[in-house]
Amino acid sequence: MRHLMSPLDFSVDELNKLFDLANDIERNPAKYAHACDGKILATCFYEPSTRTRLSFESAMLRLGGKVLGFSDAASSSASKGESVSDTIRVISGYSDICAMRHPKEGAPMVAAEKSFIPVINAGDGGHHHPTQTLTDLLTIRSLKGSLDNITIGLCGDLKFGRTVHSLIHALVRYQNIKFVFISPVELKVPDYITEMLRTKNIPFEEVIRLEDVMPNLDMLYMTRVQKERFFNEEDYIRLKDFYILDKAKMDLAKEDMLVLHPLPRVNEISVELDDDPRAVYFKQARYGVYVRMALILTLLELAQ
Amino acid sequence: MLNIGKIEEGFVLDHIKAGKSMDIYEHLQLDKLDCTVAIIKNAKSNKMGKKDILKVECDINQLDLDVLAFIDHNITVNIIKDGEIVDKKDLVLPKMIKNVIRCKNPRCITSIEQELPHIFFLADEEKEVYRCKYCEEKGRDH
Repeated sequence: MRHLMSPLDFSVDELNKLFDLANDIERNPAKYAHACDGKILATCFYEPSTRTRLSFESAMLRLGGKVLGFSDAASSSASKGESVSDTIRVISGYSDICAMRHPKEGAPMVAAEKSFIPVINAGDGGHHHPTQTLTDLLTIRSLKGSLDNITIGLCGDLKFGRTVHSLIHALVRYQNIKFVFISPVELKVPDYITEMLRTKNIPFEEVIRLEDVMPNLDMLYMTRVQKERFFNEEDYIRLKDFYILDKAKMDLAKEDMLVLHPLPRVNEISVELDDDPRAVYFKQARYGVYVRMALILTLLELAQ
Repeated sequence: MLNIGKIEEGFVLDHIKAGKSMDIYEHLQLDKLDCTVAIIKNAKSNKMGKKDILKVECDINQLDLDVLAFIDHNITVNIIKDGEIVDKKDLVLPKMIKNVIRCKNPRCITSIEQELPHIFFLADEEKEVYRCKYCEEKGRDH
């Protein structure tokens, strides 16, 4: 029995198989509409995350399975003090696979250790959110045709952004990747990541202004710069527009450069770009369902 | 000069950093053993200036010395039998330590989950970095 705890749990070969399956599901949804008949997914969400929970539920329902679960700790037995270990042993009897989100880092791993069914980490605090990374990789591979030979810009909060860190760790396993980190100095990518890239001889550059690098990028991964991350309001006001993607900045980009965003978006991408074919963040959300469908099938050993 | 007699069977842990012998006493749980223990603090040392020494008279299979390497791999472990040094043990950093140190990350599941052991894995042997099994927070960084 396998679980998914970290984006690196699967080898590159295993990911290729997973993404092939996800693409097949995308092309032939009817073929998979009953693949999970009689199976139940438990969504154990100890903190609210509507988008992630609904994408898991959608994935299981589209596979013909059923779902049960809770969407915050207050409506679970955790509010009575039940441990994660006990909860998962009970849930194991109620369902066939579990997606767990928990504010405490490592909670899904504790569940996996005691579980009788596969456990998927659906986000554990600031630690991992592997299905987001799988979604990002599937989106890139599907729309670019490959995960090799990409110059990817990562823009916004690169210091605290969990999705960004996971994506970097996942992409370094592919060939000829170049990273361009675009952020205010206050929100630079952590040193341990740049050290890792130097050790692996993977090229990267760090810049402050998005305009300066737009023409060089094959892919732009946007994240939000949150006001509360700044020490003072003055800096925030001075810098915030640097990290808002609008039509003027997009005009500098290649014709086939893609814009990704883990969503939810607040104001960092102007809505005027939503109809630009290069803005693929809503497509990315759809790939999130396909990759979760493929993951559920794989962990339930129903993938052919 | 303080003199402590020879032991017949057990360990002499030498070259302990001055002042650290009580930490080792606790980690090895010597308080739970019914044996003779001598703790020598701030002994003169040509190599270290000052050092601590622990002499433990017990069955040599009774102690888990893995934890010693985690605390300080420069400690010399002399194994004594019939009053003589029969072996010197090289300390190797353990791949995993359980309930030796506690995860200090307040966001880690170990902070709330009942009776969950605090397990750390050797993540970087060169830099002697241990990381919590659950949250991957550094447990020790020299």
